[in-house]
Amino acid sequence: MSRLGPQPAERIDRSKKVKFKFDGKSVSGFEGDTIASALYAQGQRIFSRSFKYHRPRGIVSASGWTANTLVQDGEWPGIRATTERATEGMQVKHMNAWPSLNFDVMRASDIFGGPFMPAGFYYKTFIWPRSAWPLYEKVLRNAAGLGVMKKSQAHREWRTDYRRRHCDVLVIGGGIAGLSAAIAAAREGADVVLIDEDVEPGGQLLWQGHHEQARKLAEEAKAAGVEIMSNAPALGYFDGMVPVWQGSTLHQIRAQRHVAATGSIEQPLVFPNNDLPGVMLSTGAIKLAALYALKPGENAVIATTGDRGLEAALALHAVGVNVAAVADLLPNRSNELTAAIEAAGIQLLRGMTVVEATGNKHLKGCTLAEIDAKGLAKAGTEERFDCDLLVVSGGTVPASSLMLQAGAKAKFNSETNCFLPENPPPGIHPAGAVAGKEELDAAALSGTLAGARAAQECEFGDGSAANAAAAALEALPAPSPAAPSPAYQRTATSKGKAFLDLDEDVTTKDMKYAIEEGYDSIELSKRYTTVTMGPSQGRISQLPSVRMVADQTGLSIDETGITTARPPWSTVPLGAWAGRPFTPAKRSAIHARQRELNSHVKWAGDWRRAYDYGDVKAEAAAVHNAVGMIDVSTLGKMIVSGPEAGKFLDRMYTNRLSDLKVGRIRYGILGNDAGRITDDGTVCRVSEDSFLVTTTSAGADAVERWFTWWLAAWEMEVHVTDVTQGLCAINVAGPKARDLLGKLTDADLTNDGFGYLDGHQIQIAGVQCLAMRIGFVGELGYEIHYPAACGQYLWDQVLEAGAEYGIKPFGLEPQRILRLEKAHIIVGQDTDSESNAYESQMGWIVKLDKEEDFMGKWALERANERGMINTLVGFKIDGDDVPIEGSAVVVDGQPAGRVTSSRYSELLGQSIGLAWVPAEHGKDGGSLHIKYGDKSQTATVVHGAFYDPDQERLRS
Amino acid sequence: MSFLLNCPICGTREVTDFGFGGEIVVRPESRPGERELNAYNYFRANTDGVQREWWWHRAGCRTWFQAERNTSTNEVLWTAVPEITDATQAPVSPVAEARAAGGEELR
Repeated sequence: MSRLGPQPAERIDRSKKVKFKFDGKSVSGFEGDTIASALYAQGQRIFSRSFKYHRPRGIVSASGWTANTLVQDGEWPGIRATTERATEGMQVKHMNAWPSLNFDVMRASDIFGGPFMPAGFYYKTFIWPRSAWPLYEKVLRNAAGLGVMKKSQAHREWRTDYRRRHCDVLVIGGGIAGLSAAIAAAREGADVVLIDEDVEPGGQLLWQGHHEQARKLAEEAKAAGVEIMSNAPALGYFDGMVPVWQGSTLHQIRAQRHVAATGSIEQPLVFPNNDLPGVMLSTGAIKLAALYALKPGENAVIATTGDRGLEAALALHAVGVNVAAVADLLPNRSNELTAAIEAAGIQLLRGMTVVEATGNKHLKGCTLAEIDAKGLAKAGTEERFDCDLLVVSGGTVPASSLMLQAGAKAKFNSETNCFLPENPPPGIHPAGAVAGKEELDAAALSGTLAGARAAQECEFGDGSAANAAAAALEALPAPSPAAPSPAYQRTATSKGKAFLDLDEDVTTKDMKYAIEEGYDSIELSKRYTTVTMGPSQGRISQLPSVRMVADQTGLSIDETGITTARPPWSTVPLGAWAGRPFTPAKRSAIHARQRELNSHVKWAGDWRRAYDYGDVKAEAAAVHNAVGMIDVSTLGKMIVSGPEAGKFLDRMYTNRLSDLKVGRIRYGILGNDAGRITDDGTVCRVSEDSFLVTTTSAGADAVERWFTWWLAAWEMEVHVTDVTQGLCAINVAGPKARDLLGKLTDADLTNDGFGYLDGHQIQIAGVQCLAMRIGFVGELGYEIHYPAACGQYLWDQVLEAGAEYGIKPFGLEPQRILRLEKAHIIVGQDTDSESNAYESQMGWIVKLDKEEDFMGKWALERANERGMINTLVGFKIDGDDVPIEGSAVVVDGQPAGRVTSSRYSELLGQSIGLAWVPAEHGKDGGSLHIKYGDKSQTATVVHGAFYDPDQERLRS
Repeated sequence: MSFLLNCPICGTREVTDFGFGGEIVVRPESRPGERELNAYNYFRANTDGVQREWWWHRAGCRTWFQAERNTSTNEVLWTAVPEITDATQAPVSPVAEARAAGGEELR
């Protein structure tokens, strides 16, 4: 319907068709079409309904500068139809209209609700009553429908990656300025990357009749060694790092120098009904015709403040559009373009502009007039035209966001009628439009200047190329002037809404209200009206909103200023920032065996661990009555060695370890200088200057970091080797443990040869092991550390040898019961970042008389002098009604403590646990009131272990 | 925040490879008063400008080292393992000293 004959710069391949669906209807386009261009070719003019008033909206810029053409592509909302390539089989849907784009019931909010829905309407109306907000939110979210997101993805099918690229010069933007800069920098010898958001570099050259030049420049750049990245928008500027989104990869590009050649954005005019489908920027109309061979309309009127609109008039005339009139706001322009327009027989109305558009679902006509300084049509100058295309051009603004993010300041330039970034931080060079050089020749030279200068700063070239470009730039004639636009233009009688921001449906009236209500600074009025806060981030609404604030407050545009530029500058899926999901699961070398034994596997920190093997009671009973085995490979394991190793450990632990005899073990707690417990574990002296230190599973990394940090500060002759991954560990515990191991080793396991808290290097089933006789679970037991490569082998050997004793593997849950029967704490569960050793009932392990000023000594001395405020005690309750962990300990009706661990002990026939209580309530044999939910229970305080307090079984 | 750090062992890497240890705090030599102990444990200078601080190469060799960095601009003046700095004193950076001596900058 709207497709023209072949155009010289067209992007479509007419030999290849692409078929897809839009709202269920078949659409047929060509390869190279965007979603929007294929639809436009079939006559689609309405692409969305607006955010608040549900007004019909169409193509404006064909560049993604408004939210007008956001669509849903399958599961992806917020796709820009004017820049997204159409691909075979796409399922495209409109987003913000019900039941359809052509008929939307919410349009009523425009027709009836207009006067009643000023800026701030939602803030004021939906705040009472507070409790109803969740309901309001749901309704409003649907009314402002921005597409549908999948609630969750069971498996993340879509993945993102990142790549890091370091280069000498990064050129942002592939228009004539960017290409010239990249060529100049590369020719000086710099490593140059050029990024561009379009499908190929060239920028405006591609649709303004210079596509051959664009391709020639791109070839030159490649030949000079420039890495060109297309479809790759820059998202922001972060201290010299520029994230670039391309396909499903986030490139983190870091360069020594940057060239910002981000080009310009054409600005609209503000007048009643300026949002009707059929009102387009000249960029939009020309791109449709040049790149996609589309006839943007049949009868066109053009309203411009500068040369761009004139160029558009000629371009549209050339493709057969009937141009009814060209209104140039500048009254006295006379150049090659005006001559060409008059020669083509097109009516040129100097000093006039558009003051109103009319139409319902599409543009039907417009009124042109002369205007006064405030934008009001002068009586008697109005002329009415019928048209289905109104091309507007309110000049351009440089796309300076990245430069502003980098630290440049925006300053209004009255010659170019827009804000230009000034005083950029060192290392970032503007080129082209952001340098105020928009004309073709000037843009090219400013690019060469910026590129050569950037290369020179990286110590490439002698600066002569930059100097030559600077001189040539000076010699260029001044550009054609642009007429300054008023804030908005209208007739005395026009009633239609004039939009400042199409994304957010902010009108001139909204801005007036906001200022009348006192939101008279641009940063405040932005937040109140949400102007520039939509998906296009103010690309074509920032300057109009600034003009409007200036107009209403009487301040100059410079005094009004602009709002802060923040990343992201281009729309980007959140997944791009998240990167590839990376949650490593750690499994011990024995893990597969435990899976084969049908263990219940759960997360324990980063680890996958066996919680139980199906029968918690039987597993715990096996340890008490026969023998059990648990995989404890997750314990942190470090070898601390060197002549000062003992002295170092004395500084780190609260107790003394330097006097530990070779082959002996001591339990220790680690603290910080605030006196808080940070971790615990055992230390075994393996040789005179070497210790094996174990830590909690969760604390392995932190303890290694803590040790090496202090070693770096103290420069001691100590070396720390983390062997957590290299060693497996199993705990074989129970009265039959000695008999069992005796079958597998020749070593002396008698109490005389291998007593409690001995650690011996022995062979078990032929595997060299460090066997440590310790008793976390309360029975005779051996914690056996051995090479991970033998992990499953030794596990199998012990299970086989233990069969005759009724051995059972046991999981974490029975271990928790067993350790609680011994009142052994778990750091991080029974203690927190406020717990010191005294209050945790571990004063016995604090040796204040040590030679070394150990970690936490001074704070512990103070704590000891002050006495306990709270204390960690054991408690027991008759029966199996276990208060849940986290239950409150209540004193005089007030919560005064909490339960940190609690289990039912089958062995004791009681519920047992640990709790923090006020010190005066922590006396042995005292009673506690524990409350959880509606339940209240009385417990008895128990000091020391619940089971085997005299350690007879441990030492047996 | 985004900048590069030069690990004295491995070389220049993205800051995301490193762990931050905070500004350098000097541990008292003997038992301090309560006020001093609390200041040592909990108070930091929070310098707006150049400060000396600890880093460790978390995703690399896991070495702890020191750096001088401008907290306003994230410019890193130098990095070095503590053996060639003096953790307990020396408020003047090696760079400043090297500059004053007309020598090459430490990287």
